[in-house]
Amino acid sequence: MVRSRILSDRMFTLNRQGRAAFAVTGQGHEAAQVGSAYAITPGTDWVLPYYRDVGVMVALGMKPYDILLGLFAKADDPASGGRQMPCHWSWPAMRVVTRSSVIAANLPHAAGIAYASKLRGLSEATIVYFGEGATSEGDFHEALNFAAIHQLPVVFFCENNGYAISESQAKQMSVMHVADRAKGYGIEGKTVDGNDALTVYQTTRWSLDECRRGLGPKLIEAKTYRLSPHTSSDDDRRYRPRSELEEWIKKDPIDRLRKRLLTEGALTEDADRQIRLDAQREIDEAATAAEGAPDPAPESALRHVFYEEA
Amino acid sequence: MALRTYLDAIHDALWEEMERLPAMIILGEDIQEGGVFRATDGMLDRFGPQRVLDTPLAESSIVGVSIGMAQNGCVPVAEIQFADFAYPAFNQLISEAARWRYRSNGGWGCPIVVRIPFGAGIRGALYHSQSIEALLAHVPGLKVVVPSTPYDAKGLLKAAIRDPDPVIYLEHKKAYRLLKEELPEGDYTVPIGPAQLRRDGADLTVIAFGLMVHECMEAAEALAQEGIDATVLDVRTLAPLDRDAILDAARRTGKVLIVYEDNLTGGIGAEIAAIIAEHAFNDLDAPIRRLAAPDIPAMPFNGGMEDYCLPSKEKIAVAMRDLAAY
Repeated sequence: MVRSRILSDRMFTLNRQGRAAFAVTGQGHEAAQVGSAYAITPGTDWVLPYYRDVGVMVALGMKPYDILLGLFAKADDPASGGRQMPCHWSWPAMRVVTRSSVIAANLPHAAGIAYASKLRGLSEATIVYFGEGATSEGDFHEALNFAAIHQLPVVFFCENNGYAISESQAKQMSVMHVADRAKGYGIEGKTVDGNDALTVYQTTRWSLDECRRGLGPKLIEAKTYRLSPHTSSDDDRRYRPRSELEEWIKKDPIDRLRKRLLTEGALTEDADRQIRLDAQREIDEAATAAEGAPDPAPESALRHVFYEEA
Repeated sequence: MALRTYLDAIHDALWEEMERLPAMIILGEDIQEGGVFRATDGMLDRFGPQRVLDTPLAESSIVGVSIGMAQNGCVPVAEIQFADFAYPAFNQLISEAARWRYRSNGGWGCPIVVRIPFGAGIRGALYHSQSIEALLAHVPGLKVVVPSTPYDAKGLLKAAIRDPDPVIYLEHKKAYRLLKEELPEGDYTVPIGPAQLRRDGADLTVIAFGLMVHECMEAAEALAQEGIDATVLDVRTLAPLDRDAILDAARRTGKVLIVYEDNLTGGIGAEIAAIIAEHAFNDLDAPIRRLAAPDIPAMPFNGGMEDYCLPSKEKIAVAMRDLAAY
């Protein structure tokens, strides 16, 4: 969670310094992202994160250097070789499936992957991440409906931060909780405190286990808050009161977990400080190295439109 | 050899590939009862409901779940019931399937087939007659095929199922039972890409695809009685277009007429004409001509109105005579 936060802050800073064209991150979502990702069996379960999910990717083992290669659109960017905007993930070895910028378009993909898992009798599950704004899209409905009809092993994980760019939840839906929508599909939906990493972990673990036992799909709504603007091109001061942000800063999921671990004796002040120092150093070095990495050859823009013989 | 209709050929290709590929899935609306055109007749009983899948009435997810299935070892062949209903799936086709390999820098592939019945001449009115090939052939990353014969219907569908990239398979509804042909027994494919010369003649070239190939052939036979000898080129793959075959025919005859039943503006004919104008201008003896439906949103239900709008062998013959006399 600390590495994800420091990396995300750094991506914004690099944009503000004019060194990166664009940044999109999810500061404040770390408990939802990292807590849920720890329930995933890496390399076995299928993962379809959205562009805010720096924490999911860090927890799955993607190195900050690789994420920063994407920020700088470098040739070795593992997601797209410098083609996509940053944080549009793809990592075949870890079954992280390519995504577009089109909100909710990958929810039917998750359902299709899970259908194949079931057809082939594989004990793997799929988790797909999205924000509450995505639940307004037709593909959200179509995917949940399809997954429910076939009882597919897929977890729909909503990081509800209350805003779809500038639009508050009240402009997206007339229900209090995204999880309430699960009833309409005949599946189970749970709303959890998305700033409590351990609760998120437990709920996601249970949901993925249920999927593996043939008792899916599930809808999880993790209530959280975005402590950063939507992207580096957004000014959230135009639509969010400062007082609201300050209230949520007090509920910072990293501080909250740290306090709990300190109280329970699972973490010392020294160890906590060391974690931050190590992360800072790692990301300092990664940023320098990634910025200096080679760009893709311009003419490589013509490749991979279709399958290429090896 | 066996006498098979265009529809039989599609059915046979699906059946034989389902037998061959245990992870192949066919999915769409009303698939299990055989489909509204009967292309999947009998398949539920043979292959079961998991592989012969009735989907909810939701075109975006028909394509969307197909993309997902293809990531996880399955071979999905989706059916959109009518081309006119494909638009809700366009985001999945264009922004997802077509860009899938490119945006992942070759990391992921998207081997799906989407079968889409299209075309007019069956009194299908505005929403059961549309031609959507130009909208899809424009999109890099998609392959678009349009068989015009039972032989090609079977061979191109098998080639599409075995292709590593997304293929849009447009089947002409009026051709389903109208066209019959002796087909060889067993497995064969027709490669995606090459056009097929249907008739060889020195005086002019007519380029068409789908059912219009047959209207052009009849017109060409009629003109042969008048001493005008036409080449008919069937561009059975629209993406990628067979530029060599198009240019070869244009250069040999010096006169080209392009026929399609979509509306004129921005249709496939525009691209074919541009290819010829760019690369064979000096070999032309006449302006390139297009014969297509007028720029109306779609075909009217009234028979007289539809016939007025659709290209026919009579209208094609008139255009060919004009062009030959130029």
